[in-house]
Amino acid sequence: MQSITVAGVRKSFGEVKALRGVDLEVQKGTILGLLGPNGAGKTTLIRALATLLLPDEGSLYVEGYDAVKEPDAVRRLIGLTGQYAAVDEQLTGRENLVMVGRLYHMDIDAARVRAQELLEKFDLADAADRTLKTYSGGMRRRIDLAASLVNRPPVLFLDEPTIGLDPLSRRGLWGIIHELVTDGTTVLLTTQYLEEADYLSNNIVVIDRGVVIARGTPQELKTRAGGDVLEVRLSRPEQAIQAQAALTSLGDASITAPGVLVLPLPGNGKALPHAIRALDGANVGIEEFELRHPTLDEAFLHLTNRIV
Amino acid sequence: MKNAQAFSSQISDLLVMVERNLLRYVRLPQLLVFSTIQPIMFLLLFTYVFGGAILTQYASYIDFLLPGILVQSVLFGALQTGAGLVEDLNKGLVDRFRSLPMARGAVLGGRTLADMMRNIFVILLMISVGYMIGFRAHEGFWNALTAFTLLLYLGFAFSWVSAAIGMLTRTVEAAQVAGFIWVFPLVFTSSIFVPVNTMPDWLQFFARINPVTVTADSIRMLLLGSPDSAELASKFIAAFVWIAILLVVFVPLAVRLYRRSS
Ligand SMILES: Nc1ncnc2c1ncn2[C@@H]1O[C@H](COP(=O)(O)OP(=O)(O)OP(=O)(O)O)[C@@H](O)[C@H]1O
Ligand SMILES: [Mg+2]
Repeated sequence: MQSITVAGVRKSFGEVKALRGVDLEVQKGTILGLLGPNGAGKTTLIRALATLLLPDEGSLYVEGYDAVKEPDAVRRLIGLTGQYAAVDEQLTGRENLVMVGRLYHMDIDAARVRAQELLEKFDLADAADRTLKTYSGGMRRRIDLAASLVNRPPVLFLDEPTIGLDPLSRRGLWGIIHELVTDGTTVLLTTQYLEEADYLSNNIVVIDRGVVIARGTPQELKTRAGGDVLEVRLSRPEQAIQAQAALTSLGDASITAPGVLVLPLPGNGKALPHAIRALDGANVGIEEFELRHPTLDEAFLHLTNRIV
Repeated sequence: MKNAQAFSSQISDLLVMVERNLLRYVRLPQLLVFSTIQPIMFLLLFTYVFGGAILTQYASYIDFLLPGILVQSVLFGALQTGAGLVEDLNKGLVDRFRSLPMARGAVLGGRTLADMMRNIFVILLMISVGYMIGFRAHEGFWNALTAFTLLLYLGFAFSWVSAAIGMLTRTVEAAQVAGFIWVFPLVFTSSIFVPVNTMPDWLQFFARINPVTVTADSIRMLLLGSPDSAELASKFIAAFVWIAILLVVFVPLAVRLYRRSS
């Protein structure tokens, strides 16, 4: 079952073509990670789905409702955490959540109970009655997230939700997202942290300059970025150039850190002994080596051609 | 039944937004100070510095001035409506509201209604200051209440003008500058500070039809009495016609601009 369907969506801002025909689908109860470099059009797509802007062309459906023609029906089903915190600085954390609850037409007691639940869940109970002016960036981020969950929406849009969160809060949020998805929530999430997309997403769509350039599971994308890579740490960093030269017969090794070389090594490691022998033959000392899958970072850079 | 429910949830949205905007005045009392300090300064300045040189049909200049200053204070107050809305828009708060299934007019209506309630406070304060420096109304409670209501409606209508301009300008600074561009001519080419008949003919024409003049004159006659009740009636009607025109034009315009501003 599809929860979100986007077909042929285009959107221009004057000269800037932010979206140039995007198609994607998200299955109910799964997480889709939307990746792309700055300016790729991620926020624009999320805003169109959340009924905040009209596409020039194409269709967007959320749980069967047309985001263009039936925005109110869609609004009842979604929660949105935008790229920038959308909360009232002059109100307290609790007042913000109760306000949102009442705007969802909960009765006031239900709105208060829900606010308290969320304040506890997001570790904000102590700060609940302070105005947001006094909140740190991470606390604002969390209250903003809490606000998007007030209505227990079946569909959640998260635009870079963990930006500005410390590692502990980030893990905490991942846990909450996991829990929501287990309970059947559908999540469309953008992020700049590829490990986050890797960890959370069932599927990933990569967009660049307003078009989809790759899609698949995190594993598929990593595989597509090329086979395994050999990472070698030299015992004497000053030998890096020497080591690079010794490996030319096997491929182009790049120096990724002082004394660390990364060499693409397709073929399930069959070439590994050759690489070790080549280095040994050139009298290059090896402190440590590892044959591993490329990271999603490497896949991402490969896909968007930002580094060859 | 369904309609009644939809209606009651619209009212509830509106009330939530009014409450939120009033809370802002409690949390940021400087907003209230800004909307009162300026009219109070004008009141004192004109009474004690220019007042002696201005002749009116009233025994003391403060009697003439105070009703005008009340109109000026609701106009200055209206500028905050637009500036506040633009601030919400730029802080992303409006994105949150727009992603909720709430009544379309509630964000604007909540702001303009809250500003109307703020005006109750501002007007009472201005009248108190006026009483301290010699102003006296003597036409009874009902006339005073009518004058009060007229002022609130005028302020409400101009709040919508300000809201529409805010939606067009999109930055707080531009909204403020644009606001002064319309507020200043309205305030100074009116009967707020001086009787209109002292102005050159070409200006008198504008000053006489100015909504600020007809409202200020109505309030003067309501609070201080008028030898000519037909004149009061015609100014009063003119004031209401202006308010109606402003609302009919600017409420839909502001709402449309709000919906499009994404
Ligand atoms: N309101 C707007 N007016 C003009 N141009 C816009 C507007 N919103 C977005 N754009 C442009 O559209 C393009 C896509 O922007 P968008 O915000 O969707 O990118 P993004 O993928 O979210 O980037 P980031 O990772 O930096 O958040 C950019 O070139 C941006 O400058
Ligand atoms: Mg973005």
